[in-house]
Amino acid sequence: MLAKRIIPCLDVHNGRVVKGINFLNLRDAGDPVEQAKVYDAEGADELVFLDITATHEGRATMLEVARAVADQVFIPFTVGGGIRTVEDMRAMLRAGADKIGINSAAVKTPDLIAAGAEQFGAQAIVVAIDARQITAERRTGTSDTGYDVAAPDWLTADSPLRIDDESQWEVYVRGGRVPTGIDAVRWAAYAQQRGAGEILLTSMNGDGTKAGYDILLTAAVSDATTIPVIASGGAGNSEHFVEAVTEGGADAALAASLFHFRELSIAEVKNYMIEEGVPVRPIRES
Amino acid sequence: MTITMIDYGIGNYRSVQKAIEAVDGRSDLTADPDVIANADKLVLIGVGAFGATMDALRARNQEQAIHHAVAKGTPLLGICVGMQVLLEDSDEFGFHTGLGLIPGHVRKFPDNPLLNVPHIGWNQLEHDGTSPILRDVAPNDYAYFVHSFCCHPAAETDTIAHTDYGWRYTSVIGRDNIYGIQFHAEKSQHVGLQILRNYLAM
Repeated sequence: MLAKRIIPCLDVHNGRVVKGINFLNLRDAGDPVEQAKVYDAEGADELVFLDITATHEGRATMLEVARAVADQVFIPFTVGGGIRTVEDMRAMLRAGADKIGINSAAVKTPDLIAAGAEQFGAQAIVVAIDARQITAERRTGTSDTGYDVAAPDWLTADSPLRIDDESQWEVYVRGGRVPTGIDAVRWAAYAQQRGAGEILLTSMNGDGTKAGYDILLTAAVSDATTIPVIASGGAGNSEHFVEAVTEGGADAALAASLFHFRELSIAEVKNYMIEEGVPVRPIRES
Repeated sequence: MTITMIDYGIGNYRSVQKAIEAVDGRSDLTADPDVIANADKLVLIGVGAFGATMDALRARNQEQAIHHAVAKGTPLLGICVGMQVLLEDSDEFGFHTGLGLIPGHVRKFPDNPLLNVPHIGWNQLEHDGTSPILRDVAPNDYAYFVHSFCCHPAAETDTIAHTDYGWRYTSVIGRDNIYGIQFHAEKSQHVGLQILRNYLAM
């Protein structure tokens, strides 16, 4: 049976892991390969590297990181952050990444999803969505947000993707800070239609709270799509992972700080999921 | 002994080569039909479509070289699409003939509204533990799959392992000196590395 996946996420800045595994006797805690090896040994099913580097030179460094990881860690991994063109995708896949994550660039230019899927196959294109619950103030336009709304050019007033009275979650971009006026659930369905192979769905409300994944959001996106959904944002304990893949209908659950700061190990999560009857790839007994 | 990887211009050779290195093996990458025909051991990987893979092999005169090597007993391991082309034909993007080394066909997953295709992720290998290619791979252990088409070997005896994704299909195939695995050995952690180790030991 196909297993539900547990995915740690690593933030990389200028080729170095900036929020990585603490309290471990790593030779070099900032080395992405060292960190990836630890997660691999612990039973991670897949890895996500989020490149938070702002500069062009830094992105070239990310290619080196991908190459080094692919050479030494034999599980699939996704690289996201700063990928804006098909050529960026090609370079990263050539370097050894299995999948490419696109977020703001996909919102700005949905054609990028289709172009990537056509070139490399849908399985290589992960559309990352940062979603936030729509507040009453935001809905009525009375919110003093203090920032611009980054609505893409293609989002016309009558676009079915535009948030309306029935919308519950809105797509945010630029690290989840700027609203776009796009309905998150409809955007996920549209991303699939354009060729996305997977949705990495982050609840900006849940992110960092440890109060659990946004199950309603996850379920709404799972129902609206037929591609795998990776739940992200809010994991605080093992039960949250079970909820994400049962009630939420997700195929995978992602966490960053929880694993980095050793509050919970992948083994603990997986063993709990097995107890709860969720199919996961068991931790290898060594 | 060195594993010769058949270079037909498509595919992620580097990751597979690094996985072979990780189990203390050596590999060379070659497009030369003479080198392929005289290799000690062959690996054929694939990521593209079936037809594109066969076209690329034929354009480089590698099809005959592979047949020549296999006929004299050289072990051959096909990975992913490299497994599929071992069979007679596929209907992926039109009808295409394969290497025909193992009788049978390659067909798309049957329609099932409950299952997403491509089949992506970690799934189990159901096997009886008797095949040398799966030595020390626990029955029902997991491997990493990415595919939309599957092999339907004509002879039941050519199936070494099944995988269940709504229906049971052949995920490891073998006949004489020819083996094929549908999953990515280089992405299947200890299971993939063990299979490469087993292949090196043959």
